[in-house]
Amino acid sequence: MQTHQFDAVIVGAGGAGLMAALYASRGVKTAVISKLYPTRSHTGAAQGGIGAALGNEEEDNPEWHAYDTVKGGDYLVDQDAAEILAREAIDAVYELEHFGLPFDRTPEGKIAQRRFGGHTAEHGKRPIRRACHAADRTGHMILQTLYQQCIKNKVEFFDEYHAVDLIMNDGKPAGIVAINIATGELHVFHAKAIMFGTGGWGKVWSITSNAYTLTGDGNSICFRRGIPMEDMEFYQFHPTGIYRLGILITEGVRGEGGVLINGKGERFMTKYAPTIKDLASRDVVSRAIYTEIQEGNGVGGEDYVYLDITPKTVNKFLEEAGESRRIDRDYIESKLPDILDFCRTYLGVDPVEEPMPVQPTAHYAMGGIPTNIHAEVVIDEKNTVMRGLYAAGECACVSVHGANRLGTNSLVDLVVFGRRAGQNIVEYCKQADFTPLPANPTSEVEVEIERLRNANGNTRVADLRIAMQKTMTDYVGIFRTGDGMQKAVDEVRALKEKYRTDLKIDDRGKVFNHDMLEAWELGSLLDLAEVTAVAALERTESRGGHARGDYEKRDDANWLKHSLAHLQADGNITLTYKPVTITKYEPKERVY
Amino acid sequence: MEVVLRVRRFNPETDQKAYWAEYTLNDIRRTDRVLDLLHHVKWYIDGTLTLRRSCAHGICGSDAMRINGVNRLACKALVKDYVKGERGKIEVAPILGLPVIKDLIVDMEPFFDHYREVMPYFINDSPPPEKERLQSQEERAIFDEGTKCILCAACTTSCPSFWANGTYVGPAAIVQAHRFIFDSRDTGGQERLAILSENNGVWRCRTIYNCTSACPRDIPVTQLIADVKMAATGVKVVPEPSPRFTAEKVGTEAEDAPR
Repeated sequence: MQTHQFDAVIVGAGGAGLMAALYASRGVKTAVISKLYPTRSHTGAAQGGIGAALGNEEEDNPEWHAYDTVKGGDYLVDQDAAEILAREAIDAVYELEHFGLPFDRTPEGKIAQRRFGGHTAEHGKRPIRRACHAADRTGHMILQTLYQQCIKNKVEFFDEYHAVDLIMNDGKPAGIVAINIATGELHVFHAKAIMFGTGGWGKVWSITSNAYTLTGDGNSICFRRGIPMEDMEFYQFHPTGIYRLGILITEGVRGEGGVLINGKGERFMTKYAPTIKDLASRDVVSRAIYTEIQEGNGVGGEDYVYLDITPKTVNKFLEEAGESRRIDRDYIESKLPDILDFCRTYLGVDPVEEPMPVQPTAHYAMGGIPTNIHAEVVIDEKNTVMRGLYAAGECACVSVHGANRLGTNSLVDLVVFGRRAGQNIVEYCKQADFTPLPANPTSEVEVEIERLRNANGNTRVADLRIAMQKTMTDYVGIFRTGDGMQKAVDEVRALKEKYRTDLKIDDRGKVFNHDMLEAWELGSLLDLAEVTAVAALERTESRGGHARGDYEKRDDANWLKHSLAHLQADGNITLTYKPVTITKYEPKERVY
Repeated sequence: MEVVLRVRRFNPETDQKAYWAEYTLNDIRRTDRVLDLLHHVKWYIDGTLTLRRSCAHGICGSDAMRINGVNRLACKALVKDYVKGERGKIEVAPILGLPVIKDLIVDMEPFFDHYREVMPYFINDSPPPEKERLQSQEERAIFDEGTKCILCAACTTSCPSFWANGTYVGPAAIVQAHRFIFDSRDTGGQERLAILSENNGVWRCRTIYNCTSACPRDIPVTQLIADVKMAATGVKVVPEPSPRFTAEKVGTEAEDAPR
């Protein structure tokens, strides 16, 4: 075991972690721990843009952005946080540009902006160009730029160190335990301030746009050490993932005129959203696809539908709609190059010639580690701060996304609140002392790691993971019922029991033991699956991404509140609730 | 269909030297990724098989490896690219020129050391304006290709000059330097060109084009290196704008589409 001491330790090197690291390292001795090389982080997969009311293309106002965010989140958003998000987005985007981020440009040489789902002018009156972008690889550019700046500022990285425990002493955070993946050795990082920026956990579900490594480790570590998880029942399913693979196909395809077609050849969205049809919000479209598949209207009876951008189909509907615009091959090639590449590479399907098979894909966690607007972790319904502990980005819940995240706001979230975390960490470290390390800070986690490394049961990690993913997809997916969610809770608990007693691991080595680490990651996923199912079962309403067949309406009288799931000493999960912060937008029905 | 997957394996804790292991896999789909085959082995046959991977769709740059002798991302290489009939063989080995640690995992540190050598970050010490620094669309277009780089190392580890001399900074580092040298907002170009004019810089490139063939992001690597060579000799160079910016403009409607 090796012990290091830093003022601040940041776990995770995606957008939130790197932004925080840049700021923290200016003031205090900072280390970044990441299980991946930083440039592998999933921030890099974000495509479309980062929303900020710069007004480069047309008049805009951060207050409009805040309103759109609140409405998009089905009024579960904390409105003070949404106002900060929208206001600070502007400065954060300029700062990224000053860091060298190569945004696309307007003819005047300013940052180019485009329209995006749910972003409007004057409180819903018309779409607005707010998404600042660099081609369709904006996330890649943010990740690269922040990493470059970290190199310039000599931030200290511990790459391929997998964090496995949050060290607490006398109820206070004291550090992190991490495995050096290359050697298998445990390292203790003693720190005054600890920040989590560990991303999401899409791998809880079968079909996801998320990377293999998005397993919610940071959330699980915190949960096991008594930190509650907020709003875990709210998880976003994006309507159009590539069939079987889950790779995202941008909303832009439908923005260009693409339509969803079922196995009977029907453009079914006309039934579900007669006015805006295929461009309804993500939760609405995902539910429609799910319903079609359940009713046997998937293509060939299978669990997918078609997304059709072929000029023949698109032009037919444009003509029917009385629109003069027409598209052709060149147009699609120039506007959707990455989507064409994905489909040609992975499906052997040329979207210019034939429709793409798609199905909804698990995409983004609205819930997570509860924080306040300073990125400080809060631990109860009174928002009591856990001093020295911070979180930002997808793993955190401020909450700026409420019950359904608006497109582009994930990138805004991680730069705005990652920066706030970094700034506040410096202030905190200047006046705080180290919490002493407890005796044997690695002993508990070491027992679990050794158990996994020597596991000699009969159940393979992959089989257990697939069983969990199937259960969660069937019962805690796009469309939920009380009976189904109860089944999921029971089944996930049974799988956890198997995980504890019957796991089979082949690799007994120390060096790059990914076999053991995949098992560790499965442990995190199982924790978060259980919390998600428990929190979802309890919420007897439908709101944003949480849609129930047995409670179809939003119920503000009883449920305009955040859930907090707590792990009890006996392993049970209990739920408490805290009010939503409302500043100026009274909840009303969400109509687009 | 049936695929025999041959994998170059080495476990530093148990093996004296590397060897080929063979796995016969059935019920393989033609559209399966080579990554899927490796996962199949790892998850159901031998959990000790070790590789890096993350996003699995060609964006994160984790899983560059030699597939049938050519550098590819395992997540962008499909079975049908290698097997035409109902059965066939695919060979997977670690990328060359970097020390193998375990199975398909190599030590990436020398690669990232070279990356860091070229000052791969934006330099402009004048105080920034209140809003963005202005840049014309034409100025933006000439360094676009280099910004696509995902640091997967497929190019550098396909380069015979790098194999012969690991002190050569390699194509990936030059691509990164190019991205800043030709950015109109950046002021560190001369410093980078000085670094790249040294012994282990751009002149070790012998224009073999392996890097360009290997790039999973279709970056014209050899061309970018040529731009840097020209600039290093003091010639005024304006790189070719990316095809993304030269494609025929077909209306602005799509720019407005939600993504």
